[in-house]
Amino acid sequence: MSEPRKGIILPQVAVSRVNASLARRRASERRFRTYGRIAIGIALAFLFTLFVSIFTKGIPGFFQYYVTLEVVIDREKIDPAGDLSVQSLYDGDARGIIRSALYDATGAKGRSGRKAAGKLISLGAEQRLRQAILDNPSLLGKKVAMKFALDDDVDSFLRGYISRAVPEKDRRIDDTQIEFIEKLQRLQLISYDFSDYLIFGSASRDPEIAGIKGAFIGSMLTLAICLLLAFPMGVATAVYLEEFAPKNRITEIIEININNLAAVPSVVFGILGLAVFIAMFGMPRSIPLIGGVVLALMTLPTIIISSRAAIRAVPPSIRDAALGVGASKLQTVMHHVLPLAMPGMLTGTIIGMAQALGETAPLLMIGMVAFIVDIPGSVTDPGTVLPVQIFMWADFAERMFIHKTSAAIIVLLVFLIFMNAVAIFIRSRLERRW
Amino acid sequence: MRAAVEIEPSNLPSFTVGEVYVDTPRMTTRNVNVFYGDKMAIENVTLDIAEKQVVSFIGPSGCGKSTFLRCLNRMNDTIANCRVEGEIKLDDQNIYDAHIDVVPLRARVGMVFQKPNPFPKSIYDNVAYGPRIHGLASSKEELDGIVEASLSRAGLWEEVASRLDQSGTGLSGGQQQRLCIARAIAVSPEVILMDEPCSALDPIATARIEELIFELREEFTIVMVTHSMQQAARISNRTAYFHLGRLVEVGETSTIFTNPKHELTNSYITGRFG
Repeated sequence: MSEPRKGIILPQVAVSRVNASLARRRASERRFRTYGRIAIGIALAFLFTLFVSIFTKGIPGFFQYYVTLEVVIDREKIDPAGDLSVQSLYDGDARGIIRSALYDATGAKGRSGRKAAGKLISLGAEQRLRQAILDNPSLLGKKVAMKFALDDDVDSFLRGYISRAVPEKDRRIDDTQIEFIEKLQRLQLISYDFSDYLIFGSASRDPEIAGIKGAFIGSMLTLAICLLLAFPMGVATAVYLEEFAPKNRITEIIEININNLAAVPSVVFGILGLAVFIAMFGMPRSIPLIGGVVLALMTLPTIIISSRAAIRAVPPSIRDAALGVGASKLQTVMHHVLPLAMPGMLTGTIIGMAQALGETAPLLMIGMVAFIVDIPGSVTDPGTVLPVQIFMWADFAERMFIHKTSAAIIVLLVFLIFMNAVAIFIRSRLERRW
Repeated sequence: MRAAVEIEPSNLPSFTVGEVYVDTPRMTTRNVNVFYGDKMAIENVTLDIAEKQVVSFIGPSGCGKSTFLRCLNRMNDTIANCRVEGEIKLDDQNIYDAHIDVVPLRARVGMVFQKPNPFPKSIYDNVAYGPRIHGLASSKEELDGIVEASLSRAGLWEEVASRLDQSGTGLSGGQQQRLCIARAIAVSPEVILMDEPCSALDPIATARIEELIFELREEFTIVMVTHSMQQAARISNRTAYFHLGRLVEVGETSTIFTNPKHELTNSYITGRFG
């Protein structure tokens, strides 16, 4: 064996040194893996807490208490003009019909007793009765059992949020009302049913008849505008920048600015919308059209960036192949690059849309936080959107809105999950082509 | 140990040795220079490409043979800072003239690439793509005929006739490359450029492709870049040796391999470098 020389480590020495370092390396690997598991564990715990909290509060929000009353639909009373027009029904005394049924059921007597009984039932009951007659005029002159929502205070009482131990004057439900409620319960007229108001009702100050239909449709209209604007513009921009634009100073500046736009806080886009569309062009406030445009501006950078990444991921050999058989630049892009990049582009678009769906701040700026009872019929009707509706409900004092808020959050989450599922489905369909 | 040949710029010839000109040229190039930015990749290449022959470009890596090949159908246009000087003519028409449209040019001068690159579409659509975009077929029957004929000429019909609707990317490497050749010949080009068509294939697939090229030279003018001198020797009529951006020597394949005139060519084909 020759003398060890400088800079040369004998194999035996090398082996022992490698072995000595092994323990340290393995330990650090184990440690790293543990950190990862802890991180995932914490994330899952938070997610679990969030879901438990939303679902335990939200599921009851899908239900509410109703009372079934035998109403005598007196033709002259409900429809004084006798033409079954909406106006005539509004002039009629729907309230009186419901009230008398309620007094019969509760046995309320005297002015104070009747006043107490009248407060048990929701204001939405009259509208429900009118609508039932409009839908089915043959009910006129008959005695029918109908289900009406109870007032939110009654609802809260039945859910056990109002304690009898509290002195009567501090309670939102007085002793007479409790007596009536108990009587109705004994008669088995009170039921805990799926809340049709939540799904089919629109915004209201009365929590028992407040629903998300208006906000949901507002969200759909806003998203539709957003998608129609942002997707074609984003894809076209990405294609142009990646495939056609000369690589020079100007395109470089454009690129940097697009990337910067992605980091701009969304409320800034709201201010932009306010300044440009409402102040400058004098367009109405609160309309889904402007909401959609503002959200489109907000999601454009996301779509452009992910579309460019998707285009860049298309192997250059495919472009060569197409150009090699004489396809023009545009044909190469349209026939080969775009179809191959489409799954990635769609993923980016769906992420952008999901962001837009959950966005509140920019819409507050353009007035979509307004209290609008009517359900928007077009993109130029005033409306609101789901997250803004949630934001507003979370602000209301009534106990019942807590459940409604969580229920609306669940609807929003389901909407998001549905969108993602559609995206995954579309993507897998496109990818399955080969 | 073999002696490395010292390559000084002074070793490079200022002119090309051998037979640059032919009697029946399909394409002619005169004093072609190619630059990538400021860097000169091809210097003063003058070469005739004879009709219905195979010309092989050989030379060490980075010698510019692929660059020069890609000038012949202007595929270099896709490289942002690539600039071509000189004259490249197809039928007395300079293909780098300002008014020349690359679409018909590339329909006439087809290309097969180093790595098989079928479209991620069906075998049928791969071959039918060129005829479709150029409007070559007036009916479905005619298109079917073109697809079948092209696949047959590429020696692939027997293997894929029953599964034309399956993906082209599901074929083996050699089949994919023959599919690419079928795709190229489906638009009836006059010249086919092949950029190391066998370098990604195993020896058996390579043999099939070589056989195919040998057959195709009856009908097409073929320009091929190859790293395999055996391949060049087997299938090409003429061979051109490139070195550091210059065309050092060109001539009949037999002459180049048995009796090279230039010292660099001799060193390369005897395996002293490269």
